[in-house]
Amino acid sequence: MSGNTVPTREVARRAFAREFNDAGYTFKESDDERAPVYALLPTGERANRVFIAGTLTETEDIGEDSEYWRGRIVDPTGTFFTYAGQYQPEAASALRDLEPPAYVAVVGKPRTFETDDGDVNVSVRPESISVVDADTRDRWVVETADRTLDRIETFDDDENEYAAMAREQYDYGVGPYEDAVVEALQSLEEEEADEDAPEAQA
Amino acid sequence: MTVQQHAREIHEQFSDQLDVTVDEIEERLDTLVNEYRIPVDEARRSVVSNYLDEAGMDRDELSGGSNEAVLVGDIDADEQWVDLRVKLETLWEPRADSISQVGLLGDESGTIKFVAFETSDLPELEEGESYALGNVVTDEYEGTYSVKLNRTTSITELDEEIEVGDDDVTVEGALVDIQSGSGLIKRCPEDGCTRVLQNGRCSEHGEGDGEFDLRIKGVLDDGEEVHEVIFNQEATEALTGIGLDEAKDMAMDALDTTVVADEMAEGVLGRYYRVTGPTLGRYVLVNEAEQLGSTDAEATLIRARSM
Repeated sequence: MSGNTVPTREVARRAFAREFNDAGYTFKESDDERAPVYALLPTGERANRVFIAGTLTETEDIGEDSEYWRGRIVDPTGTFFTYAGQYQPEAASALRDLEPPAYVAVVGKPRTFETDDGDVNVSVRPESISVVDADTRDRWVVETADRTLDRIETFDDDENEYAAMAREQYDYGVGPYEDAVVEALQSLEEEEADEDAPEAQA
Repeated sequence: MTVQQHAREIHEQFSDQLDVTVDEIEERLDTLVNEYRIPVDEARRSVVSNYLDEAGMDRDELSGGSNEAVLVGDIDADEQWVDLRVKLETLWEPRADSISQVGLLGDESGTIKFVAFETSDLPELEEGESYALGNVVTDEYEGTYSVKLNRTTSITELDEEIEVGDDDVTVEGALVDIQSGSGLIKRCPEDGCTRVLQNGRCSEHGEGDGEFDLRIKGVLDDGEEVHEVIFNQEATEALTGIGLDEAKDMAMDALDTTVVADEMAEGVLGRYYRVTGPTLGRYVLVNEAEQLGSTDAEATLIRARSM
């Protein structure tokens, strides 16, 4: 790449918590030290950045010497964990100031961490955390469902290199994520039904 | 091109200002080329310089003689003299006293920014009118082209209306980033320069007081593609509800201009938008923006169940 080209910004992938938390395999596509690190989504896509929207249910300062905030963000399929410390001052102060429960949107980078018993935890290192409304959260659910279905649809394509990588690295298949999509969408429909119910009685 | 052809072109360039014949010009050129063995381009340059002195003109004012008539979408080089047939689409508020008019010109190929200067003393152009503009010069900034009108620009109002090609694009996605250089900014007050000051400095003109403006440089991301978008002052106010005066007050209270961008981010960052506007380089200039609410889950649910 020539020195004066503007590096292309990495797209923010959409994945439900159930899939994101399974994305424990990370890789680089060049030997360059500054090359972007990608998490491999099990439905066959690389993710250097994600955009999530959900309910912030809990925040906690788990830092010992300095502040280090953990936030739990829940979508219809599971929980995203996000951690922000001194190097993410804006996100850290957002977590400090927010009163759960609140609908939030998070833009961030996938990060993996191997626990003592060998499990790989996947979390989000936030670039920004902002308060959003219920409509934005609902739109994210439908959009994320569509993007996930897009990936599942092309999972068996011969030229899909990230699907091939997913088959090699994981043994999940796409079934669990197809189920997650259906559950997420059904949860929206149920919410709608709940909202409509009082009106029906009136 | 023969010496005689060069002479004819030079004659055309100076015919309004100087009483000089093609033969005289040819003789001068001929002496340089055939006697002194100077390359013809250099000879032409020298002869032109002489006549510029005689006429008391700047090289900038020199008409190209026979310019190329071009479409605005085909302009891809700096400092070219061109002729255009265009409709004046939009006039903007000039940011400097030296600028008499600034706005967008359009033809079938799209639109291009133009600037006219007070010193050029040109008749005012009117929004919605179509013109033949002779002798405008192209300009380039960060890969984006514009045209400058100048003292020698000929302006002829056209009876026909020039059709303007629609180069607007519509993009949508979540607003995932508000980039630096957003919020309350200062622009270079130098003539014709609208660069944003960084730490009070213009990259071209150095330290300057600057003039306040509002802007949001944002990124819309739909999970497949990213689009960089710019909200100008008007679009920024429509999006955030924060106007220039309010922004200045906020910055004054906090003794810090960055509070404005922070305040603007609240309420817009992480939300979904659909925006429409022309493209400028890699940016979409937002003319219209609408926030997108929730969508119907049913179609996607049917899709999921049919897999």
